[in-house]
Amino acid sequence: MSLPSGTFAKSYAQDMGIIRTKMQWISLLLLMVLLFTIPLYASNSFLTLLTVIGITIVSVHGLNILTGYCGLISMGHSGFMAVGGYTVALLSAKMGWPFWAALPAAGLVTGFVGILFGLPSLKIKGFYLIMATVAAYFIIIWVVLQFRGITNGTDGITIPAAKIGGLSLMAKSTYYYMVMIIAAVVTFLSRNLVRSRTGRAFIAIRDNDLAAEVMGVNLWVYKLQAFFIGCVFAGVAGGLSVQYISFANVDQFPFMNSVWYLGMLIVGGMGTTSGVIFGVAALKLLDQFAVKVGPMLANIVNPQAAVGMSLILSGLVIILFLIFEPRGIAHLWERIKNYFQSWPF
Amino acid sequence: MTFFLQLVISGLSLGMVYALIAIGFVIILKCSNAFNIAQGNIVMLGGYLGYTFLAVLHLPLWASVICAILVAILIGLVIERLALRPLIGKPVLAVVMMTIALASVIEGIATLAWGGEFKTYYGVLPVINFKIGTISLPSETIIGLIVAAVVVAMLMFVFRYTKIGLSMRATAEDEQVVRSSGIKVTMVYAFAWIIACIVGVVGGILLGAVSGVMTSLANVGWKALAVVILGGLDSLEGAIVAGLILGVSENLASGYLDPLMPSGGGLANVFPFIIMVVVLIFRPYGLFGLKRIERI
Repeated sequence: MSLPSGTFAKSYAQDMGIIRTKMQWISLLLLMVLLFTIPLYASNSFLTLLTVIGITIVSVHGLNILTGYCGLISMGHSGFMAVGGYTVALLSAKMGWPFWAALPAAGLVTGFVGILFGLPSLKIKGFYLIMATVAAYFIIIWVVLQFRGITNGTDGITIPAAKIGGLSLMAKSTYYYMVMIIAAVVTFLSRNLVRSRTGRAFIAIRDNDLAAEVMGVNLWVYKLQAFFIGCVFAGVAGGLSVQYISFANVDQFPFMNSVWYLGMLIVGGMGTTSGVIFGVAALKLLDQFAVKVGPMLANIVNPQAAVGMSLILSGLVIILFLIFEPRGIAHLWERIKNYFQSWPF
Repeated sequence: MTFFLQLVISGLSLGMVYALIAIGFVIILKCSNAFNIAQGNIVMLGGYLGYTFLAVLHLPLWASVICAILVAILIGLVIERLALRPLIGKPVLAVVMMTIALASVIEGIATLAWGGEFKTYYGVLPVINFKIGTISLPSETIIGLIVAAVVVAMLMFVFRYTKIGLSMRATAEDEQVVRSSGIKVTMVYAFAWIIACIVGVVGGILLGAVSGVMTSLANVGWKALAVVILGGLDSLEGAIVAGLILGVSENLASGYLDPLMPSGGGLANVFPFIIMVVVLIFRPYGLFGLKRIERI
């Protein structure tokens, strides 16, 4: 991280600090104020977009811990979100749990499912692990569809409106506030995690698992822990996304979503906390752009133009980042900051 | 018995599709250690190209195949030069994501150009009559199997006896040693992508004539990865054998087990993946793959 000249770390604790200067405090406060006043003047569709971005950020933070820090590549993240979504749906629709209790429960359940599917990661890695998580996705979705008596199969489950205390979360702005608070907390948690002992163990495993084991990092414990944490976040995000539309269905969790989450990590910058936010925002905005421009093309080319455009654009952006800036927008942003901080030189 | 044979036969034609996709995957892996997830989409593109040349432009079969092969060479060159060459020496995830992104671009282009609609063209392939007992095998399946077998035999010959094939295998083993012994690695990569694209496009034309193409064909590409794992990542004969095994067993499983399931099964969607998990846990190098020992 680049700091303005004259800022020194006098202790390790200081060096590890997330916020180092007054300027960073001010910009953080300004960002928070901006985030939490947006519902006052933004349009409904913009609010929806931001809410979706917030939910995705929660999920991709989980993937970032799993893939970006621990090096365990998962392409089943969408499936884990489905587990969380269905847990919330079942708990609140069939058992009458309140939302504030169902959401953490969804996180826990998904975490344990994640540990189950993380077990192969102790034996296999790299491409084989990718394939195992792809299999995990399809198996999860198949199981959900099989237990029709509980999950209604393809028909989905309608979820009652969420309430916390006496406050209804049905309004777009209240839901936005809740998602943003959760996203901010999750961002803080994951930033905090990676500078702890656990986070350092994850990074050691990612960089060289054999060396990490020789140094005394318990691969069993830490790999499963990474799966647990990553899937807890995915479960919470899945729960938030089904509650948002008060409906749970497997179509909300398509396989390609897990691929796009990895794409967001690459575009944003793998293994950085800010990269998650950059990446999610970039790809979601791009998608929005395709949705807006697509209909204009539809008259010229064919009615499916929006879908095709969105696929081409997202694919191209990922390709370009892989070739020209593999460390993602987070690195780009650091370079820009550096340039201006040492500007005349 | 008739039911069983029907399941086996339709399983064989499904296995043929799997095998064709898996072959393209194995070729790329054998020479550059890159995981080519876009192969399913290249097959899909081949199907649409076949539709354009055969049904829209009304070219004869041989001319269409030649045109499609020319397009495939072009695609292979472009993919290798622009997308994969900058990634030499990058980690697994970068290469996998690159081919996924390529898959997405190809699917997007197909959606723009052909509207993502279902296209098919019957009656272009020669008819072969072949019967087992009372069941007659559809001639498309036979042709598909013959084409797949011929392709695999040719590729195995190339990999074992020709200079370019040997240098491809050597490149997979150690790129730097190959460079220092005077082989142009970039040419080897380009050649591998061209072969993979040709196999994919020809397979796609075949597939379009058998069952039609649409963009969801690319999803079959993910199932074909189970074939690759079962057959062994670097084994061409494994791709075809495992393709047929998985195609038939998937069909048998959904034919016999689906009625027993609580809500109608859908086992076909998940069966290859269950097999894949079992293989990954107990025999990660597959049926015919090279067993590697990891050293520090």
